[in-house]
Amino acid sequence: MKNDVNGVALGVFIFFFLAVTVVGFMAARWRRAENALHLDEWGLGGRSFGTWITWFLLGGDLYTAYTFVAVPAAIYGAGAAGFFAVPYTIITYPLVFLFLPRLWSVSHRHGYVTSSDFVRGRFGSKSLSVAMALTGILATMPYIALQLVGIQAVLDVMGVGGSDSTNWFVKDLPLLIAFGVLAAYTYSSGLRAPALIAFVKDALIYIVIAVAIIYIPYKLGGFDSIFNKASAAYAVKNPKTGLPRGAVVTGPKAQWAYATLAMGSAMALFLYPHSVTAVLSGKSRNTIRRNTTILPLYSLMLGLLAMLGFMAIADGVGKGIKGYNAQLAIPQLFENMFPSWFAGVAFAAVGIGALVPAAIMSIAAANLFTRNIYKDLIKPDATPAQETRVSKIASLVVKVGALVFVLTMDKTVAINFQLLGGIWILQTMPAIVGGLFTRWFHRWALLAGWAAGMAYGTWKAYEQASPTQAHFGGSSDMIPWIGEKGYIGLTAFVLNVGIAVVLTLVLNVVKAPSGVDETVTADYVAEPEESGPSGSPQPGEPGVPGLPEPAGA
Amino acid sequence: MTATPPDTKPPVITPSRVIAGLCLLAPFVALLWVNSYSRLTPRFIGIPFFYWYQMAWVPVAAALTYAAYLLVRREERVRKGGAGK
Repeated sequence: MKNDVNGVALGVFIFFFLAVTVVGFMAARWRRAENALHLDEWGLGGRSFGTWITWFLLGGDLYTAYTFVAVPAAIYGAGAAGFFAVPYTIITYPLVFLFLPRLWSVSHRHGYVTSSDFVRGRFGSKSLSVAMALTGILATMPYIALQLVGIQAVLDVMGVGGSDSTNWFVKDLPLLIAFGVLAAYTYSSGLRAPALIAFVKDALIYIVIAVAIIYIPYKLGGFDSIFNKASAAYAVKNPKTGLPRGAVVTGPKAQWAYATLAMGSAMALFLYPHSVTAVLSGKSRNTIRRNTTILPLYSLMLGLLAMLGFMAIADGVGKGIKGYNAQLAIPQLFENMFPSWFAGVAFAAVGIGALVPAAIMSIAAANLFTRNIYKDLIKPDATPAQETRVSKIASLVVKVGALVFVLTMDKTVAINFQLLGGIWILQTMPAIVGGLFTRWFHRWALLAGWAAGMAYGTWKAYEQASPTQAHFGGSSDMIPWIGEKGYIGLTAFVLNVGIAVVLTLVLNVVKAPSGVDETVTADYVAEPEESGPSGSPQPGEPGVPGLPEPAGA
Repeated sequence: MTATPPDTKPPVITPSRVIAGLCLLAPFVALLWVNSYSRLTPRFIGIPFFYWYQMAWVPVAAALTYAAYLLVRREERVRKGGAGK
């Protein structure tokens, strides 16, 4: 697409980018502890964050730039089916309310930094914990790569870099600079950098959404007109497949897919390493619980954001362009609708929205590598200072890997892997969440269930064809015995649990060694004040004055 | 739920836990039953029912989770006060 450089928007974008760079480096000094060399400091922000910081951190972490671009893009592309992100982010919180406090407590007691640490401690099995760690790293890498896709979309629309230039270096230079800066402050400040930058990111996002959701419908003649235009656009049939482009409400055939996608994604969300990292950085059990009641505010924002997909259609973004890249629809809508300076603010929001999760994800993947591969397999006697150093270097390697991924491969590859990542990470649930509640499962049975779920999910995802792709064309497939289309990840999960249950029964009969459990029942409900190594001495109930309201709006 | 004798464990299922569980369960039932809201009308300022209904569940689900949090926390306090360490 031909686009002139939008000078004002670019200027505003650069201003915000520089501002967060300064914040990122200053974060190293924020709330610093005496022992800065411990992995708890660099990788978990000293396990000291209160309710509000955790809220910003998790919000900045889970609602990524890719989400901001992809959810409205999905609505733009197909209508109602893309809206599953909203029920998904609603039901995830009641779900995690049940198990995250237990994960926090047991990790606090035993100094676990990752969920794989917990699996190793609970089941006394390194092979199981390594399997979980590898799944986590594998699922996170393409996710980081997709954050770059988010930045690229914004840069494209601003007319910097992107697909116009012929020289690959000039084309990718802005992206290289952005990632170089990100890598530098993550290296020096650790988890504190994204925690501070998240404040800026969320403030910008909320302002942009509030303005967009009022101003754009006003300019487009109200929601009635927007939805009428959108229905007309969805009804147009694809000449190749003879199917309409989408629908404003889910048809009877699409409901299973809608519900299973919402459920499966809700289960997967807090198994991702970057979610666990943010959760464990909280200072108390109740910090986590309170967060499950205030995080839905972001879901509301996501719902409003999804509406922008309809607005992009009504505005005629990409109309008549063959093979228009839906990922560009929202940035393009901003540029069409807003005065240049505010478009710059909106682009900055998306750009910074990519930096925060990319930083946290790379830290989380680095922690997994250090704790569960380097320490468990290569150097068991590593000191905390060595762990921190390895983790810092690993965070750089992970980011460079993601960058190479995006620059050398087609974007669809990253998206395919992201789809697979969701299916994969869901397969860690029986060991992690199951383990939080019961020691009944046998470690080998869990490993077999995991392997089966991974294999089935990958195979089925590979088989899916879409009008544009021969493989990885979608995340839904026929559910065996039910005969409806449903989310592959969830089907694989059911298979996983089934195998784990059956094999546990068998292995118990043959009395296979079940491994040593280093945790006790009381660990799972431990409060910070009665705890071990890094417990922050909080007086009694950590009652934050003015307890947050349930996120009403 | 009042002072439990030291050597018997407090019951796993209590009224407040059941209520908390129901609060947490409600959003699942409402949102996974897609057929119950998959329609266009009634519209709200021009937005089809399908969309505004699901968004309306955001504050409702948050309030229910908050209620569950209060119930669970109150019970934990009672247990700690009653059974000691």
